[in-house]
Amino acid sequence: MKEKMKILLNGIFKENPVLILALGCCSVLAVSVSVSGGLGMGAALTFVLVCSNVVISLLRNIIPSKVRIPCYIVVIATFVTLVEMVMEAYLKSLYDSLGVFLSLIVVNCIVLGRAEMFASKRNVVDSFFDGLGMGIGYTMVIIGMSVIRELFGAGTLFGIRIIPEGYQLGILTQAPGGFFLFGCAIAILVAAMAKKGKKFEPKMGCDGNCAACHSSCDDRKEAEAK
Amino acid sequence: MSELTVSVSPHLRGPRTTQKIMLDVLIALCPAFAASIIIFGWRSILLTGVSAAACVACEYIWERLMKQPITVGDLSAVVTGVLLAFNVPSSMPLWELIVGDIVAIICVKMLFGGIGCNFVNPALVGRVVMFFSFTGDMTNYQFPSMMADKVDALSSATPLAAIRAGELSWDYFGRLLLGTHGGVLGETCALALIAGGVYLCVRRVIKPIIPLAYLGSTLVFGWIFGSSHPVLAVFSGGLMLGAIFMATDYVTTPTTNIGKLIFGIGCGLLTALMRTFASSAGAVTFSILLMNLVVPYINDLTAPKPFGGVEAK
Repeated sequence: MKEKMKILLNGIFKENPVLILALGCCSVLAVSVSVSGGLGMGAALTFVLVCSNVVISLLRNIIPSKVRIPCYIVVIATFVTLVEMVMEAYLKSLYDSLGVFLSLIVVNCIVLGRAEMFASKRNVVDSFFDGLGMGIGYTMVIIGMSVIRELFGAGTLFGIRIIPEGYQLGILTQAPGGFFLFGCAIAILVAAMAKKGKKFEPKMGCDGNCAACHSSCDDRKEAEAK
Repeated sequence: MSELTVSVSPHLRGPRTTQKIMLDVLIALCPAFAASIIIFGWRSILLTGVSAAACVACEYIWERLMKQPITVGDLSAVVTGVLLAFNVPSSMPLWELIVGDIVAIICVKMLFGGIGCNFVNPALVGRVVMFFSFTGDMTNYQFPSMMADKVDALSSATPLAAIRAGELSWDYFGRLLLGTHGGVLGETCALALIAGGVYLCVRRVIKPIIPLAYLGSTLVFGWIFGSSHPVLAVFSGGLMLGAIFMATDYVTTPTTNIGKLIFGIGCGLLTALMRTFASSAGAVTFSILLMNLVVPYINDLTAPKPFGGVEAK
């Protein structure tokens, strides 16, 4: 159980998909202007991530490695379509506010990245916890950012006015404000980790495919194989 | 051997300090400050004073919290505060101006390491943040209190807007020089700004290359792009203030003369482009900020060849 907990927490802090791995930033920056949107986006992504991780882990011995990416996309797209249809039926306003970013979960690099790095190599239970941890990590960041952006940028929370009209920092709801907060969040996390004495070194899952990998690592499997 | 002192350069120190340079800049800003009081009234003093005080306070508090040496005595924060206040209309609420000060000092200057380490002009970023956050208040251009009794055709638009609409003629030139037209605090009186610029050049605080290249290229490119009155355009908007006081910041401009020339022409080209084909509000700000960002590349390209040096192979 301790092992599973570690996988779960890994996604939330040590390998937070948004702040440490810097994946899926597009949707975080775009959607985090309102708390309800951020919450919806986080829930949708967590659901897709958990489901696709489990299914891909189940299929990991059947999927031929040459066509694995299309296979992952088919699995992921299935769940995204599911989420989209449910949301359109029951949460129409949220569906409208998320717009294209909901469909874009299909190509969200967190989902695809975890499928490639984790689910395709580990068993189902581990993959489930990894998907859950990564989803929670993403949701935490997007909610944290959207609270600040909506509260100080628009003066509201969940659409309810907290700060009176005329005392907003409008730039926070625009793209530069999003980037600024994103940078601050990364800086705070890195500083906190540095204070704890942990060496800051994001460790990406290694698939041995060094040609397509940008991270610098000691064990270059491909080079060794040759 | 004990008589041999080993130290790193610089070995020769001139009498000129950051504080003295900044004091010269402040003196150069005085005519424009006086003009803004005459044109826009006493609120100009309040805004400028609060802005300068807020900048100094931000720097002091930050350095206290971060346990860094206190550098507020070099007056650079005062200059940033005054320049920022010169970029807002006289009706600007104080708290909004203070937000701009905090952004300029904390986010742009101190987070990157304090004076000399900022990669863009702090006052300009403060202005951009205020511009996007409080667009209404920032563009609520006030019209000279002393002109209130004389209602004329142009009292509804700033000179730049009038130039875009093709409604400005040479008759207006005198008012542009004296600054008795709508705008933000420090930008309107071209004569006062030019006087400050001449003072800076005489005191050798700045070289005239950047302002001249900037103003000249804005004129030329404005004419090429078909501005309705390229000469008057040079004297209107924030161009004078930007060219003389913002685009000449040591840290964010190239070091060599040819680099400064490229920088000035680049600013002029961008300003003329934005004023002609985009919104005129903020053209000068964005031009200088964009050119600030390419300064490292200009420096690399224009690095002088050392005497007797050969190119590395």
